[in-house]
Amino acid sequence: MAPLVAGGKVLVGNAGGEFGVRGWLAALDAGSGRLAWKAYNTGPDKDVLIGQAFRPFYPMDRGKDLGIHSWPPEQWKIGGGTVWGWISFDPASNTIFYGTGNPGPWNHEQRPGDNKWTAGVFARNVSTGEAKWFYQTSPHDLYDHDDINEQILLDMPVAGRMRLVLIRPGRNGYLYVLDRQTGQVLSADPFGYINSSRGVNLRSGRLIPVKEKEPQAGRVVRNICPTASGAKDWNPSAFSPRTGLIYIPHINLCMDLGVLEANYVVGTPYLGAESKVYAGPGGYRGVLTAWDPVARKPAWEVHEDLPLWSGALATAGDLVFYGTMDGWFKAVDARSGKLRWRAKVDSGIISQPVAYRGADGREYVAVISGVGGWAGALVSAQLDPRDNSAALGFVNAVRDLPNKTKSGGRLFVFALDG
Amino acid sequence: MRLPKGRTGCLSHPPLSPPCIQGGRLACALFLCLGLTACDREQRSLNGQPKAETIALANDPRDLSYQENSYQLSQGQRLYKWMNCSGCHANGGGGMGPPLMDDEWRYGGRMEDIVRTILHGRPNGMPRFEGKITEQEAWQIASYVRSLSAQQGQDVLSARPDSMSASEPPTLAERGKVLPENNLTGPKDEQN
Repeated sequence: MAPLVAGGKVLVGNAGGEFGVRGWLAALDAGSGRLAWKAYNTGPDKDVLIGQAFRPFYPMDRGKDLGIHSWPPEQWKIGGGTVWGWISFDPASNTIFYGTGNPGPWNHEQRPGDNKWTAGVFARNVSTGEAKWFYQTSPHDLYDHDDINEQILLDMPVAGRMRLVLIRPGRNGYLYVLDRQTGQVLSADPFGYINSSRGVNLRSGRLIPVKEKEPQAGRVVRNICPTASGAKDWNPSAFSPRTGLIYIPHINLCMDLGVLEANYVVGTPYLGAESKVYAGPGGYRGVLTAWDPVARKPAWEVHEDLPLWSGALATAGDLVFYGTMDGWFKAVDARSGKLRWRAKVDSGIISQPVAYRGADGREYVAVISGVGGWAGALVSAQLDPRDNSAALGFVNAVRDLPNKTKSGGRLFVFALDG
Repeated sequence: MRLPKGRTGCLSHPPLSPPCIQGGRLACALFLCLGLTACDREQRSLNGQPKAETIALANDPRDLSYQENSYQLSQGQRLYKWMNCSGCHANGGGGMGPPLMDDEWRYGGRMEDIVRTILHGRPNGMPRFEGKITEQEAWQIASYVRSLSAQQGQDVLSARPDSMSASEPPTLAERGKVLPENNLTGPKDEQN
């Protein structure tokens, strides 16, 4: 992850949720580099920096040492819950917000319990690291639904009242609007196709799973939507204060999932699962959704053939930029979604565009090309598509990718005035 | 012992001494190696491309008892899952690790090369399994690994693969080219 500097601290976490690690977030003093605090996401309260100030909204997150008791004995030590995504900082309350990764192994039968504090979001005091609240989006996660996606901090009307909210388009397919002072879920609406859960119970805060889609050892569960990569993965959305819309780049995929017993062997993957991924209903694999958070529904959608694996950028000129895995860098109208401009680059785009004013006073938009990652490993790592479980099944969903792009890695800068 | 490619310039330096001419090939090779290490500084390529091992040996006699042997291959298939090989290499197509079903072998594709890779590990992520499995088990896994690229007879393969039934059983699958020319356009599996 890219570190975030906030409140005089450099914040950085670990990755490796597929290798039986124990997740943490550390804060280094920005001036000296010395460790200021380190908060684990599993284990005893003192390691998680849970103390007197911890006030989770829902009863499911209250109790002593849940980071131990919501796991089978000793399992928390290799239980994942990494921090490899985005951190948001609210200077007014001196609070950081970040999500925790999936519990390990993927085979959920080996870890009965809620598996705290994985697959949820923490609010912490940036100076001390003390936890303020936690909300678990996927208690006892079944599908590798890391909760590391971005959180957008907005002050907006909810049911006619201005609220300080935190918005998260989650891996599990729901767009969560949380009260960022308390961790209460104000709404959770699907922004993609979901058949593995029925919604979020706003009274208990719990996700309502669909029993038939629960993975079981000894059989393969077919047609689970969304996939392990989620209705949306790590690639961040953009918010435009001019339109009031959130532009969510995401994917429309489903999967077959089989689980088997995973052995913990140091230095090797700790998974216990195989999957095969394919396009969801409609056949398109990527979507750009412009979401209206006040009306709680999409304003418009753009469908993309390939999975949409780049970040989005909203500009003051009412354009939304994003890239596709076959190498188109696009600008669409922020109000209608209509394509305004596009340019083909040498390789697929899975990076995040930025806009800036250069020293010469001109405005520029920059993006890095170079297909890869989980979605593009077929091309960048030259995997073999004859095995439809390659790259944890993702290769099966993008078999056509080698015909549409090649590996690369270049920075493209476009001047707005040509 | 690893002899990087592109060292022919050095090979011409050390004159062949009488013991080398008189001795067997092995002694000669040893002498050349010593000469090599002494004759110039170590050169390492910075491009990160691993170099294949070039030392030539006769096939290990154990090959015969592990290849074309259904029992050993089945044990290997089970261990491949148990030791989490599939977490990185999937069922041959790769993922975090390179594919094993194509015709590209960075460190050699013979049984003894694969066994060495398994037991001692390789740079950039392949862990060392020595001490975690026995040598015999490493040979069994190697036997299964070679079957992924169709280098074992069809009659030896397990009729029931341990992988998720997302693929056709290998016994029913059409046998493709033993060494596909382009691993990205191999025989198509038309399921989804």
